[in-house]
Amino acid sequence: MAHSYTPGLTVTEQAVVRRRRMLSLPGSVLVTTGETVRANQAVARAELPGKVYPLNLANQLGVAPDEIHEYLIKKPGDQVQKDEILAENKPLIKWFKTEILSPITGVVESVSNVTGQVLLREPPRVLELLGYVAGLIVEVIPEQGVVVETNCSLVQGIFGIGGETRGEIVIAVTAPDEVLTPRHLTADMKGKVVVGGSFISSDALVQAKEVGVAGLVIGGIHDKDLRALLGYDLGVAITGTEQVGFTLILTEGFGTIPMAGKTFNLLSAHAGQQASISGATQIRAGVIRPEIIIPKGAGVSDSRGTAPVPERGGIRIGDQVRIIRDPLFGKIGEVASLPSDLQKIPTESDVRVMEVRFADGSKAMIPRANIELIEGA
Amino acid sequence: MSVPNSAPIKPVITHPRNVIVATDCGSTTTKAILIEKVGDEYRQTYRGEAPTTVEAPFEDVTRGVLNAIAEIEELSGRKILDGDKIITPCCDAKTGVDIYISTSSAGGGLQMMVTGVVQNMTGESAQRAALGAGAIVIDVLASNDGRLPHEKIERIRTMRPDMILMSGGTDGGAVTHVVEMAEYISAADPRPRFGATYKLPLIYAGNKAAQPQVKTILGEKTALVLTDNIRPVLERENLAPARNKIHDLFLEHVMQQAPGYKKLIEMAGAPIMPTPAAVGVIMETIAKREHLNLIGVDIGGATTDVFSVFEGHFNRTVSANLGMSYSISNVLAEAGLANIMRWVPFTIDEQSLRNRIKNKMVRPTTIPQTLDELQIEHAIAREALRLALIHHKSLATALKGVQQERTISDVFEQQQSGKTLIDMLKLDLIVGSGGILSHAPRRVQSMLMMVDAYEPLGVTRLSVDSIFMMPHLGVLSTIDEKAATDVFVRDCMVYLGTCVSPIGHGKDGERCADYAITFPDGRVDQGQLSFGDLRIIPLASDQKASITVQPAKHVNLGAGVGVAVTREVQGGVVGLLLDGRGRPLQLPTDHDARVASLTRWYQAVDLYPKAG
Repeated sequence: MAHSYTPGLTVTEQAVVRRRRMLSLPGSVLVTTGETVRANQAVARAELPGKVYPLNLANQLGVAPDEIHEYLIKKPGDQVQKDEILAENKPLIKWFKTEILSPITGVVESVSNVTGQVLLREPPRVLELLGYVAGLIVEVIPEQGVVVETNCSLVQGIFGIGGETRGEIVIAVTAPDEVLTPRHLTADMKGKVVVGGSFISSDALVQAKEVGVAGLVIGGIHDKDLRALLGYDLGVAITGTEQVGFTLILTEGFGTIPMAGKTFNLLSAHAGQQASISGATQIRAGVIRPEIIIPKGAGVSDSRGTAPVPERGGIRIGDQVRIIRDPLFGKIGEVASLPSDLQKIPTESDVRVMEVRFADGSKAMIPRANIELIEGA
Repeated sequence: MSVPNSAPIKPVITHPRNVIVATDCGSTTTKAILIEKVGDEYRQTYRGEAPTTVEAPFEDVTRGVLNAIAEIEELSGRKILDGDKIITPCCDAKTGVDIYISTSSAGGGLQMMVTGVVQNMTGESAQRAALGAGAIVIDVLASNDGRLPHEKIERIRTMRPDMILMSGGTDGGAVTHVVEMAEYISAADPRPRFGATYKLPLIYAGNKAAQPQVKTILGEKTALVLTDNIRPVLERENLAPARNKIHDLFLEHVMQQAPGYKKLIEMAGAPIMPTPAAVGVIMETIAKREHLNLIGVDIGGATTDVFSVFEGHFNRTVSANLGMSYSISNVLAEAGLANIMRWVPFTIDEQSLRNRIKNKMVRPTTIPQTLDELQIEHAIAREALRLALIHHKSLATALKGVQQERTISDVFEQQQSGKTLIDMLKLDLIVGSGGILSHAPRRVQSMLMMVDAYEPLGVTRLSVDSIFMMPHLGVLSTIDEKAATDVFVRDCMVYLGTCVSPIGHGKDGERCADYAITFPDGRVDQGQLSFGDLRIIPLASDQKASITVQPAKHVNLGAGVGVAVTREVQGGVVGLLLDGRGRPLQLPTDHDARVASLTRWYQAVDLYPKAG
């Protein structure tokens, strides 16, 4: 088996992360290398071409496509206002006159004498790309974007929905195995990143929306509650554009699963600080996991290092691991031994395994594919 | 109908090819195999794999390739790498390889958007051309697809395909609709998925008369390539030129943008092929060589590809969101919980099952650890396979919109044009591939998953790809057919056996058919197959037997109701599967009765270990 272990999620007090901020189409970069930026500061801007409205003038005027030039009032490149005359015919009797009005304010983009179609385009929309994390611009990619580097604490989740946002961290529960209920969610949590424990119920999700929290970080959720929240059954884990009122990040998975102590403690230690969070998850081809980034101090990187995330050599005895498949799903323990021989598991597959020791001293043999290293110093 | 899948131009290779290393760069794993000439025949000797390195932090596909090859080096003791280079040709018995070849589906494969004028005519032809070339079709736009013009433009703009294929109109016909579509594409100004600065490749394979206008409208904005019309007349498809252009542009444009592919192309001794195109080549080769009608399936983590060759017509479809890990949750969404649960021989509450499926989706590399989990995955696989075949049947059709001559005898059979080509009674062979089928702990599990999902009719042989090497052999067959055939026959295909499935229904225990099997040693095994029976008769892979089946009065084995059939059947690692469960397969609706039936069938074929 090539996958001796799943690389795992990073939970670390100290990291230097770089985030590539790219426009979806060429535009202008508003900052320079070496500049310090805030999370809510625009770093690049682009003009998104306006919507296109085709109008078949030939059909509407009842003329051949190659004749429409004779009837046009506006030519390609001309500005038009909504309800302004685009084209008209010139009948002998005034009553039979037909005027074609522009359905939008914009510009005449093109006129086709093959199809008789006129394409109108709305004015461009300005897209501003924010810094997302407070930090230092370490690279400018002309016309496309920047790379922001920040010295921070970092927590990766396993799955999330909703896009980038930020807010003050507030811990709503007293322990990582406590369930987040509506009574934990109070009005003063509006615009904040609320950290819960093992599970959030469907009524608490409703309450979170009412309160107007910016983000929710939680151990687990039931799939049926996610379905109710989204309004559909999520088929493929490509998320980040959902609009449910807040960004949701699961640290452990689906079901009721206590948040890893390390994650809970780290977030608790930063209660009251600003965090940048993103629910964007993409599990196929180029994994993107949801994240909570808590920039240090003034938000400026003091690191001169270039390696954003340290790489590990492999798994070692004593490492903290999370079991990520039933029957012990969600349990956390440490690596007790790493037998090198393949072992037969109850399904009759021969796989590489590891022995995991739990807090109560008990041990279990688990396929290496079914554990996840809890990474980070 | 579609022409056979086209292969890239063969490179000229002068030195002997005794040692070959081949890789397939998948979305998650790069798999390498070593093929060596042993005596007069080629054999697959070692394999290695490593994570694919298209994404950050590596962003160079060749890193994964070199890692996978390094694993082969370790296992075989052969020195293949000299730093970052593959030593070619062989220097001595233990150094170098004669050629390196590769396929790729990394980075989400080749994603295409196709356009036509009439959705189920040129739209479908364009879709077949793109799918046959190994692409994932992300949308089919047509003049009559029901979307308003501005919706089409918005759609073109938001999609970021690797390539667009435009079709529409027969040669010399009206140009208006094709030109209109070109105008929409131009207005949308679509951008490619990779590389912000290069022009999007666009193949125009529509009405020849519209070529000048299309060139005027799109020549500047896209990397436009003009080729022959894929539907020159309504009655004929001509997919090969468009497919060849897709392959060329895939190499020239798309792969040049993907991280590290320039290096990979330089390393390889033959053109890199999209993985599904290579699998398609090997499927067609088997069908042609053995004069078979076949269905092949490759069920992966994200997608399920189905290939078919019926009466020489090749078709491929890809169900982009049916898979066993990344897309597992989508199988649940599309099939529905009840359809998955009908294959599970125990009770499990809905919430727990839904959570388990989502957990597999977010942690796709985990493996079933308990028997219950294995059975749930096998249940999901049955549904993914079933849905992918339904999708395939809808696209693998005769041409639609073609005038048919009807005689008086056709009056009562109002068949529409565009009937599916997939005829399960004429199907000779099912070939399964992909982790869940290739790596099932017991081979009979793979066999029953395919039988339950596809419900073969009559007499059908089944096989699986032993370790998923069909892509490698597909690309190999374009440069050395003998080597590919040798390895395919000896190391790749694992014949599971033959399934005999009468069509009809009856009460459990009622007579379905009588059978007599004559084994190679002359022994004859006679018996009765009752409805509700599932039985395995051992017959080794290298053995053939003759079976005579006399179906009951209302039962059909392909020759007609109640008509006896005698066939020569091939054995396999499982043997002969006599399936008396009836066709179409109907599972009891009552939960307890269904669990009892499943338990009885699974025990009858020794599907799972008893401890579970």
